[in-house]
Amino acid sequence: MARIIVVTSGKGGVGKTTTSASISTGLAQKGYKTAVIDFDVGLRNLDLIMNCERRVVYDFVNVIQGEATLNQALIRDKRVDNLYILPASQTRDKEALTHEGVEKVLNEMSETFDYLVCDSPAGIEHGALMSLYFADEAIVVTNPEVSSVRDSDRILGILQSKSRRAERGDDPVKEHLLLTRYNHERVERGEMLSIEDVNDILSIPLLGVIPESQAVLNASNQGAPVILDEDTEAGQAYEDAVARLLGEERELRFLDPQKKGFLKRMFGG
Amino acid sequence: MTESAAMAGTRDACFEFRGATQTLTVLELRYFDMEMFEKNLRDKIRQAPNFFRDLPLVIGLDQYEGNLADLDFFQLIGCCRTHSIQVLGVRGGDEDVRRLARNASLAWLPAGRAGHPLPDPAEGDTAEAATEAHADSDAAPGAGKVVTQPVRSGQQVYAPEGDLIIMAPVGAGAEVLAAGHIHIYGPLRGRALAGVHGDSNASIFCQSLEAELVSVAGHYKISEDLQDSGWREPARVRLNGDALVVDPLGR
Repeated sequence: MARIIVVTSGKGGVGKTTTSASISTGLAQKGYKTAVIDFDVGLRNLDLIMNCERRVVYDFVNVIQGEATLNQALIRDKRVDNLYILPASQTRDKEALTHEGVEKVLNEMSETFDYLVCDSPAGIEHGALMSLYFADEAIVVTNPEVSSVRDSDRILGILQSKSRRAERGDDPVKEHLLLTRYNHERVERGEMLSIEDVNDILSIPLLGVIPESQAVLNASNQGAPVILDEDTEAGQAYEDAVARLLGEERELRFLDPQKKGFLKRMFGG
Repeated sequence: MTESAAMAGTRDACFEFRGATQTLTVLELRYFDMEMFEKNLRDKIRQAPNFFRDLPLVIGLDQYEGNLADLDFFQLIGCCRTHSIQVLGVRGGDEDVRRLARNASLAWLPAGRAGHPLPDPAEGDTAEAATEAHADSDAAPGAGKVVTQPVRSGQQVYAPEGDLIIMAPVGAGAEVLAAGHIHIYGPLRGRALAGVHGDSNASIFCQSLEAELVSVAGHYKISEDLQDSGWREPARVRLNGDALVVDPLGR
């Protein structure tokens, strides 16, 4: 049985797809057979970031509607073994993601995969609800600013009331907070919320903090998950997040670029 | 408040017994003279006809001055009935009274503590006076509701009876409502409405007042009006007359 992880946020543009790409790549690098599924039907981006847009023949909706088999639609990543991409359809709308259809596809994938990473669309409409409904774990991607935190709070409420686990009364969806676009200087200047502020409002365990970085933009423009960019802080921060997701204990890094070496010595061990 | 004094039967039983406390109006009888009684009663009813219509009433005998054995219950009840007052029972008196009450198909209640006289219903709007009188001594029934998880934006938690206790933050955009008090062991960033059925004695307690809106029995204040007292501090919000006041907690 695969573990189903939804990457969600409520708000758009906070880094869900970037995170889905890097987390799934990281899990595959660790040897887990992983698929990343784009739920953003009509606005698909994941294939761009994963650099497989030219290889899309069939998509998620085709599989749901029985027009293609799962194996026909799954795209195997060329850089990382064990990693597969299930792209969204660009020409349909979100209603094509039927409850039964999504369930059927996820069940079929669960048999062969270790992890299914669901890249949620923004908002709290049908597509977003479908992406989180079957989740075992949720990575809530949040920028350190008030509106993003508010939307994340809303999504957490939905996870607790509208997910399959909530409806069945099973153990609740395991929640992780991933703070992206964190800029220490702007926090110092009071332009951004601090980690403590965000934690205070959302009060869920912190999976990682991804520093704001040009590397993220470069990576997505080049069609490479930033986690593959091992020399960058953002890449390493994602690697840390994957390790924590798998239960490893790691200290937070890159919170303060100037004092990085010092912090590393203090906390990094 | 007494909860489930006696539970009878299983799930399949067609009823169960529950303990309940109800505020009733007690007619403290000092002496009984049919003509005087009817005249006084009529005067009272004229002042506040709505209050007395179908009023459940208990006859209190704690202050009765005459000989109880001579008291004619049938006459008394009949007089009340003709004025649409429903006599439920008799409070106080001895075994003889108990027997007389039984003969008159009335419930007998043991002598209670001397209740404070009701505020004269004629003084206010009659219907309102009645509800307030009830709310006064009738604290919310049941143990209320306890929530241990954060209340998130977009979520609503409602305790239709009794108090609401939340052992976590109430997020911005969340709403918590209770018939009684609301206790929040964490910051209150959303909306909190206590005493939603009109209990003006209800309060809101929180460890940090950062609310979008607080309301007690329909009187409310929005965030903008809360900035000056107790903002981001532990606080109690209560109703004082028609005004919501914020008291600091534990300082």
